[in-house]
Amino acid sequence: MEYKYQNRTRQNKTGFYLSLAVLVFICLLYLAPFFFMVITSFKPGQEMLRKGLTLEIDFDIMTLNNYRILFFEDNRYLSWFKNSLIITAIYTSFSVFFSSLVGYGLAVYKFRGRRFLFLLVLLVMMVPLEILLLPLYRLMIELKLMNTYLGVVLPFAVSPFAIFFFRQYAMGIPRDLIEAARVDGCGEFRIFFKIVVPLMKPAFGAMTILMALTSWNTFVWPLVVLRSSDKLTLPIGLMSLLTPYGNSYDMIMPGAVISVIPVAVLFFMNQKAFIEGLTAGGVKQ
Amino acid sequence: MHMIKKTHNTINSLTVIPYIFVLPFIITFLLFFLYPIISAIIMSFQDIAGFRDVTFVGFKNYRNLLNPHYYNALRVSFTYTFLTIAILIPLPLVLAVLLNNKNLPGRNMFRSTLFMPALTSVIVGGMFFRFAFGTQPTALFNNIIGWFGLEPAVWLQGKWTGMLAMVVLCVWRWTGVNIIYFLAGLQGIPNELYESADIDGANGLQKFFHITVPSLKPVIIFVTTISVFGGFSMFAESFAYWTSRSPGDIGLTLVAYIYQTGFNYNNFGFASAIGITLLIIIMTVNLIQLKIFGFFKES
Repeated sequence: MEYKYQNRTRQNKTGFYLSLAVLVFICLLYLAPFFFMVITSFKPGQEMLRKGLTLEIDFDIMTLNNYRILFFEDNRYLSWFKNSLIITAIYTSFSVFFSSLVGYGLAVYKFRGRRFLFLLVLLVMMVPLEILLLPLYRLMIELKLMNTYLGVVLPFAVSPFAIFFFRQYAMGIPRDLIEAARVDGCGEFRIFFKIVVPLMKPAFGAMTILMALTSWNTFVWPLVVLRSSDKLTLPIGLMSLLTPYGNSYDMIMPGAVISVIPVAVLFFMNQKAFIEGLTAGGVKQ
Repeated sequence: MHMIKKTHNTINSLTVIPYIFVLPFIITFLLFFLYPIISAIIMSFQDIAGFRDVTFVGFKNYRNLLNPHYYNALRVSFTYTFLTIAILIPLPLVLAVLLNNKNLPGRNMFRSTLFMPALTSVIVGGMFFRFAFGTQPTALFNNIIGWFGLEPAVWLQGKWTGMLAMVVLCVWRWTGVNIIYFLAGLQGIPNELYESADIDGANGLQKFFHITVPSLKPVIIFVTTISVFGGFSMFAESFAYWTSRSPGDIGLTLVAYIYQTGFNYNNFGFASAIGITLLIIIMTVNLIQLKIFGFFKES
């Protein structure tokens, strides 16, 4: 009996160190791309063109020159960065504002067509936007929204995922609170802004971060809408650097590295809200 | 005074107000979803030389789908979806179980580290892998296979190595996200289940297959659903490696085919027909999948 117990703890100990080793190894593997991107960002672009992305760390050829070009010499990068910031800000505020209204509306009120509307939200979630690429492109031309920030933002400004998330969250708000405010003669919109919004603060936090991340990294739709180099967002701008002309190759890796920093900061400052945003919508059903 | 009060009441009445709340969705649904879908269906029956020069051609675009490029795109999308699911369920599931150990030092750090790739755009990740899969013997992956005595490979020009490159990029970016889904699921499993299994003398593997996996069924369904969705609508990974034209069409997924036909060859009618078939495929796979997992019975 004693022996069996000892054997067991020993087994658990080995298992424990084994799992620790596996995790450390996998984490290193997943971090490696970041590490090598940073290293390569200090090497001349010609070097990368000639040798590919290498494991070599050679301090003799590493300089800050690429970063100087990125920030001071070639003004394209900063304008892409600015475009990405503006589009992310507009998209995030639109989608969080409108989706919270809709989500709350679907959760709290009983009205004709409510279930049907909710089914439509689920339907929109199930259809990939890539299928709508061409008709939406045509619509953007008709609405004269090609090559504009609004053209990038508007078609997806009301996010079905965010609606779903806000609806789930709003269902948990105690009805008595809303009823009590109504009895006090509070209007419905006042109830929403003065009572519900403060109660849903965590939901707003989670969705703000998730929508900002999505928008910062989104690629396919802006690729269709944005046409001129001064309007591009970071991912599309980075793709456009894949030409042998000028300093383009020097700017690729530092450009990629810098573009991750804003979301990385956002993530490490709000990890909890981030993870809630990811999980609460999908898994709890 | 009486009048004003009355109109105020109608605007604020509980029959009208709810519709104002949901109005943003109704408008965007009609304008940016229903209208485009209907026009995609209509366009798929047309020859479109310019948006003002349109002829109705019946099923011609659909008949034209019977060509090697389309078969190839179907094969690439199916293979990609299958491979990403085959990796992105077991791997994050096992990692999540390891991370769920309360005694593990630095578990939040491990979790954040594995999530970091999800913060990058496909293009940023793609830039790394594109050059790491370079043809030069010095390029990262060729260097690594060189340690095992293998000759440098032309990664991004072969059918299977190109597929590998796309899957690797996707797996790198998504493992951390799925870990978080599985961790959330694991936290919902009552500890008593494991305790009683301990009393019965079950070992770790038995507990994993008889308690953990069955309890995580809803999460597995959810992750499979979003993976099917993401797999079939994949385009950015392929674009990051080859833009819209790849050697031997190795990166031509269904969406890449839509993009190429529409924006490179300006054949909007045919491109719409591809889109409609993709829509049908995704809807069918999702329904079959939900049915297999018994989703409809429960709800």
